[in-house]
Amino acid sequence: MSFGMDRATIELGGRRALDEVDLEVTTGEITAVIGADGAGKSTVARIMAGLLGPDSGTIRRPHPDSIGYQPEAGGTWADLTVMENLSFVASAHGIGPGSGRLKELLAVTGLETAGERLAGALSGGMRQKLAVAMAMLPRPEMTVLDEPTTGLDPVSRGELWGLLARVAGEGTAVLVTSSYLNEAERASHVVVLDEGHVLAAGTAESIRASFPGELGVTGAPPTEGVPSWRRGNTWRVWAPEGGLPSGARATAPDLGDVVIAAALARREP
Amino acid sequence: MWAMVIKELRQMRRDRRTLAMMIVMPLVLLVIFGYAASFDVTKVEIAFPQGQPPGLALPDPFESVDTDQSDPVEILQFGEADVAIDSSGPKPVAYVDGSELFTARAALQAFTTAAAAGAPIQTEVLFNPELDTSAVLVPGLAGLVLLFVGSLVTSLGVVRERQAGTLEQLAVMPLSPRDVFVGKIAPYFLVAAFDMVVVLTTGWLLFDVPFNGSIWLLALGALLFLFVTLGTGVLISTVSENQGQAIQLALMTLLPQVLLSGLIFPLESMAAGVRWIGYLLPLTYFNQIARGVMLRGAPFEALILPLGLLAGLGLVVFGLAVLRFRAELAPARRSSVKVAA
Repeated sequence: MSFGMDRATIELGGRRALDEVDLEVTTGEITAVIGADGAGKSTVARIMAGLLGPDSGTIRRPHPDSIGYQPEAGGTWADLTVMENLSFVASAHGIGPGSGRLKELLAVTGLETAGERLAGALSGGMRQKLAVAMAMLPRPEMTVLDEPTTGLDPVSRGELWGLLARVAGEGTAVLVTSSYLNEAERASHVVVLDEGHVLAAGTAESIRASFPGELGVTGAPPTEGVPSWRRGNTWRVWAPEGGLPSGARATAPDLGDVVIAAALARREP
Repeated sequence: MWAMVIKELRQMRRDRRTLAMMIVMPLVLLVIFGYAASFDVTKVEIAFPQGQPPGLALPDPFESVDTDQSDPVEILQFGEADVAIDSSGPKPVAYVDGSELFTARAALQAFTTAAAAGAPIQTEVLFNPELDTSAVLVPGLAGLVLLFVGSLVTSLGVVRERQAGTLEQLAVMPLSPRDVFVGKIAPYFLVAAFDMVVVLTTGWLLFDVPFNGSIWLLALGALLFLFVTLGTGVLISTVSENQGQAIQLALMTLLPQVLLSGLIFPLESMAAGVRWIGYLLPLTYFNQIARGVMLRGAPFEALILPLGLLAGLGLVVFGLAVLRFRAELAPARRSSVKVAA
């Protein structure tokens, strides 16, 4: 089954937050919406969760009772324990304490020993795992997680992505937003947003393959007028029509290069 | 140092609500205090159920009022007048309503002056014979506690949910806005009710505040008042982005109620314009109900007006709060949304 949005447009606070955005979220797969701050990631998440309606376009989502959601701010109650947080969500979904689902989720998220700890006293990684557990609890058809990895250390991020793979494995369509481009590699489908526009969409592989023209590396700043950007202590030089400037060594673009090139192309057509 | 001063000024300029509070509030307080802060009673309503005895001139500040009642005690119980003259005996007796402290004191002062001028009249203070300040203040203070819990604490509770992102979490959970609304305010309702019982019991034990009326009637008044205050709390929360703003707004609703509800300054002593603000405030009516029930033992019929006005205010404020809360929890689901089968 597939959920998503077709040509979704919405204005928020006098600004076009999304402009004709298409998105597919498929059962058993993870779709990652990647973008910088203000790109429209949270707006996509909130629309898919049912918190916002677009001005135009079509939204395809499951019944509201079958959507799991983790808001950007976390969505856990800091002054309730881990178990109390889960119990509350469970009772709202009509899941009894004897169903075994809570213990199962505590085990899956590695929070078995933290059941009696206050959510506010957990580390960032543990708190995010709790938030994901709360979103997973009713076995929703679609789970929307808004920046679950922001602020986490690399180990916690890795663990959390492992958890998301498990959620998808349970037969849920998972939509994750993130500002970390390297996380796109872990998703089945990627949508890169820039100022409310879709810059690139597809698998990480297909996005990489879509790079137009040639990319080169130089050790010094290129001459003015040549599209370029800094990566570490070298410079990337982009020749959209091919034909790299002299001194530039050809290189294969990574996902970051593709996104930067697409953003440059959109802003300076 | 100048950099620090300039930074603070810039921040202050952008925090419009705090700036307005710093500039407007002193002006508002000055006007309110100027027109409302007066203990001078200029009018004492006096009733003559058996007719005004011949030769009894009414000195200032007495003003005669008509009444259908024949029992002077009932006249005071129903709040129809501040003083009722019983002239059925050989010597007229002036019954003074002690639940209105400053009015009672002004009446007694006027009778003392009249007696010195050769017009002796026997006086008897009812409901609060010692003219005890705490007896008059405690019923209203119970209302203030309800106001504090209902408006300030409730608004903070809802704003905290929004700041933590849990209000969005609630919005997507299979709970109706009604479930969330009622579930959110019910605990505050219980705490406020418990607080009120504690305040009244403490007032009774420590300050000998009497309780002459029906506890159920007071409970009804408190219930209606709580609806207004809880509604105010939720309304404040829907227009506040953070807890600081909620506290500011809650204080802006609390302060006028303390000053203009008749809790401290008699409403009759205030300038007309300020007095009418007082008539729009829920604490004004709870104060009348609480004093009426506790001190005067007023029956239901005597309190229909403040109960009715409180119910009207409750309907408006609570209704607005429900609408705003629903809008926040159940955003528009537009026609372009399809529920995938």
